[in-house]
Amino acid sequence: MSDKTLKKLRCLIIGASHAGVNFAFALRREGWEGQIILYDADPELPYHRPPLSKTYLTNEAGMSVTPLKSAESYERGDIQLNLGVKVASIDSKTKKILLEDGSFQSYDKLILATGARPIVPSIPGLDTAKKVFPIRTVADVEGIRYALEDNPKKKIVVIGGGYIGLEIAASLKKLGVHVTVLEREERILARVASSEMSDFFYKLHTQNGVELLAGKNVISIEGDKENNVVVCSDGTKYPADIIILGAGIHVNTELAEHAGLTIKNGIKVDQTSKTSDEDIYAIGDCTLHYNPHYKRYVRLESVQNAVDQAKIAATTICGKEAVYDAIPWFWSDQYDIKLQIVGLFDGYDNMVIRKEEKDKPCFSIWYFREDELLSVYAINNAKAYVLGTKFLKTNQLLHKRNLSDATIELKSASLMST
Amino acid sequence: MAKITFITKEGETIELEGTSGSVMELAVEHNVKGIDGDCGGVCSCATCHVHVRSEDVSKTGSASEIETDMLELDDFANEYSRLSCQLQISDALDGVVLTIAN
Repeated sequence: MSDKTLKKLRCLIIGASHAGVNFAFALRREGWEGQIILYDADPELPYHRPPLSKTYLTNEAGMSVTPLKSAESYERGDIQLNLGVKVASIDSKTKKILLEDGSFQSYDKLILATGARPIVPSIPGLDTAKKVFPIRTVADVEGIRYALEDNPKKKIVVIGGGYIGLEIAASLKKLGVHVTVLEREERILARVASSEMSDFFYKLHTQNGVELLAGKNVISIEGDKENNVVVCSDGTKYPADIIILGAGIHVNTELAEHAGLTIKNGIKVDQTSKTSDEDIYAIGDCTLHYNPHYKRYVRLESVQNAVDQAKIAATTICGKEAVYDAIPWFWSDQYDIKLQIVGLFDGYDNMVIRKEEKDKPCFSIWYFREDELLSVYAINNAKAYVLGTKFLKTNQLLHKRNLSDATIELKSASLMST
Repeated sequence: MAKITFITKEGETIELEGTSGSVMELAVEHNVKGIDGDCGGVCSCATCHVHVRSEDVSKTGSASEIETDMLELDDFANEYSRLSCQLQISDALDGVVLTIAN
C-alpha cells in the first residue's frame, strides 16, 4: 500500500480505559499512520482505575484521579478522544459502528476494549435503596465521598468480600466510618485466594475494626426514606446509610455478541487478540484468551492483561509478529499490606508457606500442582514475588523443603531443584 | 522546578521540566518510550526502570527495600537502577540524567 493509502486507514477503539488507551498509544508507536479514535461512555479523561478502591478516598494530596495520559498526550499522538459517547452497535459486514446519537463511523480495524460493569445483584429493594454505589468509575467513588461529607460517622455495608470490597473497606476504615462487609460464601476471597490467605485478610480487617461477616446471604433491602436496612437469609439485619456493591462484574460482551463474534465467558480471541472477525480485535477484561503457560483459556480482570493484550494487538495490526504469552500478575493494597500475586493458582494440590522473620507480616504462599509451581501470593514480600515470577517464566523445579525454611535465604541458588 | 533528562534505549535525549509528582508520571505524561508505569506508581510492576547517571546518585538517593526487590524482575538492573515512580520531583532533582533501561 502507498503511504497515502495507509494514512487514510481508520482504527476505532471502543472503551478508553487501561486496555483501550494503552492500545491507542502502542498503535501509534508501532507506526500506524491512519486515524485513531477512542470512544468511551465515561466523560472523564481516562484514568487509572485501581486507586478508586485503594487510595482515592484517603489520598492526602486531595481527591484527584490519576489520568492514564494527559490531554496533551492525546493531541501529540494525534489520538482522537470521544468521551461521554456510547456506541449503540457494530455492523461488521459494512465495517461501521453506530453511535447512540444516530451517527455512524466506518473503520478499517475495530478494537473492543469494552471491559466489564459491576454486578447489581437482584436483591429485592436494592433498586429503590438509598445511596447505593458500585466501584468502577470515578463518579461512583465521588458519590461515596459526597454521601460521607455531611456525616463521616455513617454506617456503611459492603456487599461482597472480594478484593474490591476489601480494598474499599480498608479505605473507608481509614476515614473512621463504621464498615460491615457481608460475604455470601463461607469465607472472604473465596473465588480468588486459598483459605490461608482468606484467614490472613480476615484477621487484618478485623484487627482494623471492620465488621467482616462470611456466610451472609443478603436477601432484601428494607428501609424508610432515610435509612436502608440490609437483611440476610439468617434473619440478621444491618442498618446502612450507604451500601457499596462489591459483588463482582459482568463482562461487556453485548456489542460483540450482536456483531456476531464468538462469545464464551468473554469475547473469544486468539493469541494476537483477534476475535472471530478478521478486522476486530478485543483486549482487556472483556476477553477470553488462551494462556500458553497454563495451557487453557482464561478471562482475567487485571491491569497487566489489559496492557499486555493492548501491546500485542497493536503490534499485530502493524504487521509485526507477536503472541500473548504473559504470566498474569496482580496486586492489592490494604492498610499497610501489599499483596502481590503472580500466576494462577487454580488447580493447586499442595503449597509451601514461607514466613520471613520480620516485625510486620512478611510471608509468601507458593502453590503447586504436584511439583509444578502455579502461583505465588506474597504479602509485603516483593522478593518472593519477583523470584516466583522468574521461576514461573523458566518452569523451574523448586526445592520445597528449602523454600519452607525461612532461615535459608530467599534466592534462586538455594531454591532450585535439579 | 527540576529539569530532568531522559535518554531512551534508542539514544534519543528528552529534556522535561517538572514541579511535582513522580518522575514516572512526568515521563508518562510526555510519552517517553520505555516508561510505562502500568501500576500507576505503587511499586508493583517495575515498568518504569531507569539508570541514574553515577554523579546524580547523590541527588536521587538509593532504592528502598521493596524497590530493590522489584528491580530484580528486570535483567537490566544494576547499582544505578531506580524505579522512577519512587523518585519524587523536587528542586533537588534538577539536572539529573536518567537512562531508560528498556
